[in-house]
Amino acid sequence: MAIPTPPVAPLRRRTRIHEVIIQGLLFLCGLISIFVTTGIIYELSKEAYLFFGYQQWLPAHKPLVADIAPEQTLFEVGTQGPALEVGSHYRIGDEIMLLEAVDGALVQMQRGAQQTEPIAHRAGLTLSREVNPNLLEFLTGTAWEPHNGRFGILPLLNSTLIVSSIAILVALPLGLATAIYLSEYATPTARSRLKPILEILAGVPTVVYGFFALTFMTPLLRAIFGSGVVEIYNMASAGIVVGILILPFVSTVSEDALSAVPRSLREAAYGLGATRLETAIQIVLPAAFSGIAAAVILAASRAIGETMVVAIAAGAGPNFTFNPFKAAETMTGHIARISGGDLSYDSLDYNSIFAVGLMLFLMTLVLNIISQRIVRRFREVYE
Amino acid sequence: MSQAPSKFADASLQVNRRHVSGKLWLTIFQVATLIGVVALTVLLLTILNDSFGYVAVENKVDPDSLAVNGIPLDAQDKETLMQTLRANISAGLYARFERDQPFAERDAANVYALIQEFVISPRILESWTLYDSLFIREQISETLERDFPNAELQFRNWLSWNFVRAQQSSYPEIAGVRTAILGSLWTIGIAIAFSLPVGVGAAVYLQEYAQDNQINRIIQTNINNLAGVPSIIYGMLGLAIFVRAFGLFTSGIAFGAVDPATANGRTILSAGLTLGLLVLPLIIINAQEAIKAVPNSLREASFGLGATRWETIWAHVLPNALPGILTGSILAVSRAIGETAPLIVIGASTFIQVDPSGPFSKFTTLPIQIFQWTTRPQGAYHHLAAAASLVLLVMLLTLNATAILLRNRSRRSY
Repeated sequence: MAIPTPPVAPLRRRTRIHEVIIQGLLFLCGLISIFVTTGIIYELSKEAYLFFGYQQWLPAHKPLVADIAPEQTLFEVGTQGPALEVGSHYRIGDEIMLLEAVDGALVQMQRGAQQTEPIAHRAGLTLSREVNPNLLEFLTGTAWEPHNGRFGILPLLNSTLIVSSIAILVALPLGLATAIYLSEYATPTARSRLKPILEILAGVPTVVYGFFALTFMTPLLRAIFGSGVVEIYNMASAGIVVGILILPFVSTVSEDALSAVPRSLREAAYGLGATRLETAIQIVLPAAFSGIAAAVILAASRAIGETMVVAIAAGAGPNFTFNPFKAAETMTGHIARISGGDLSYDSLDYNSIFAVGLMLFLMTLVLNIISQRIVRRFREVYE
Repeated sequence: MSQAPSKFADASLQVNRRHVSGKLWLTIFQVATLIGVVALTVLLLTILNDSFGYVAVENKVDPDSLAVNGIPLDAQDKETLMQTLRANISAGLYARFERDQPFAERDAANVYALIQEFVISPRILESWTLYDSLFIREQISETLERDFPNAELQFRNWLSWNFVRAQQSSYPEIAGVRTAILGSLWTIGIAIAFSLPVGVGAAVYLQEYAQDNQINRIIQTNINNLAGVPSIIYGMLGLAIFVRAFGLFTSGIAFGAVDPATANGRTILSAGLTLGLLVLPLIIINAQEAIKAVPNSLREASFGLGATRWETIWAHVLPNALPGILTGSILAVSRAIGETAPLIVIGASTFIQVDPSGPFSKFTTLPIQIFQWTTRPQGAYHHLAAAASLVLLVMLLTLNATAILLRNRSRRSY
């Protein structure tokens, strides 16, 4: 029986147009993540830039002593309040002036600055001083009151760091001990019962942790240290609860790192007569160090970015204090509170939270990159 | 581990000491592990403690006095209920109810609810936790007699069916979470409808197509970095992009769906898309793992039979990776459902009583509701926050149980 010869297909590769289109579409899906990052960086930077250029006029408490003519550059003002600053812009009514020199009550102004028309002004009108946030003040100022011309992020940054430090102080020892127990000591049954509990702990929404901080942890701290010492809203309570929140994260990732250390190392240590503890602490832990360090840094990054617990329990209102029992708003808490109302676009509030957000984003980004570097550089490779 | 020779002199003592310190540390490790378990227990107990307990209730009108011809209020038919309502409230209020929804369309339960709220109008004057209710009952009775002589002591289950069913209200006694639950479901639905296809697409590209070149490495690193961005930053992105820049579309004005005078971009659609971006890296990473786990032999067999790359992916890789992808998606959903911070930034409504009707509605979600009730100073709202937390936890537990079941049932070995 003759076998029918199949039609011979051309043996060259054909371009299938729909395959190309599909690949293109899938590539676009991958690109979206790049768009997201670009979008975040662009929007945060743009609004933060607008924040640093935000022109605000605050009263300088300097009334004009006499009427002044449009062309008059030398005139007298009241002397109360803080001193005038040479080189700053001042405004009377619609006109903006540049202060060139000041001698007691006598000031010399360049009239009609910033494209305004020089006009006559009556006695008694007061000067307003131009206030711009600048980067140096933003990074070193110890008061955050944007509407009063004080733009120092330190109060927000400080409380963020205090809350995160407390969180790490809670989560690191507990998480590491849990990881060592689960990986080096626990029987498979114990592990299979304990791990789901940690997973549940990790799955509880942060807002529920916030409720827990306010209704359990704060009263507990107040009962222990006295309600005169511990304020109703305080950083310690928020920090401890954030610590519990990141605990499963530290323990799971550390346990993975410990379990990845090959059995042969442990057996070699046992063979030399080391006890279980000595093996765990002196052999396994150093071998897994990079993984654990990465876990802790990632956990710190999460603690810094955590919002709901601090928004509920750490207090509203920036406060530059190192006392963990006092109320102080963190960066995330501040963003959440300010944006909670009906925020109008291009207002000082709107721009300022983006400046804080940019700071927050950069901090977490740096921590994430460091942790990735640690993993890559110090990873022990076993044959 | 180097030891000085002299230490060998008393080797047996050394061994004992080493074992003792080993035991000691084991205890420390065990205690530390237990603390996590204790924390979870205490967390749950705190929530339960606030979800049940005595309340002191005072009625404006005694419900018994509203009985008509000896028929108690809760057994009356709709007509009688309407008469009772009309007799006890102002004409203006009655007209307003008629305007909100004509009485012809309302059922008896609805009218009964109106009577409850506006005529009987029970007010909670004071509330106690479950612990107090169980252990200091006498003190509660004393407080009641002393401070609230007209009030009645009731044991209240804050997590009642009514709580789940009722709308938001400024009175804690009748407030519920229906609007919030619906809002949560809407936003999650939109988030997943957006991020699942895009996320799986990106994962397929990275696992099946991408060559090891610069741009693909950047995409991969970028996804890992995005997973570590704080969620509130996504909220700010959503505020700037979806609410503000694309406000015309997310508010529905561009589609003529809403009144342009009052609409703005703070809608369910903006919230859903923001949450979608938030869970996108999670979905991509999980889907990549699932696709990676599909053995190469399947692909090669398919190629060998002449299938193209896409045919192979569509017919073999994706079906085999599906359970893993679904598990990852459910975990992403449970992450998104508990997210609060980005939605606060987007501008969730502080108080709405109208159920969301579509993607262009204003919204509130369950976590937002919990947040608002938690931050109220009055004690009664804390009970609401606790009960709402329980609802949220039950939703999450259901989702996670589904994910675990899916994971266990679909585990295949090659």
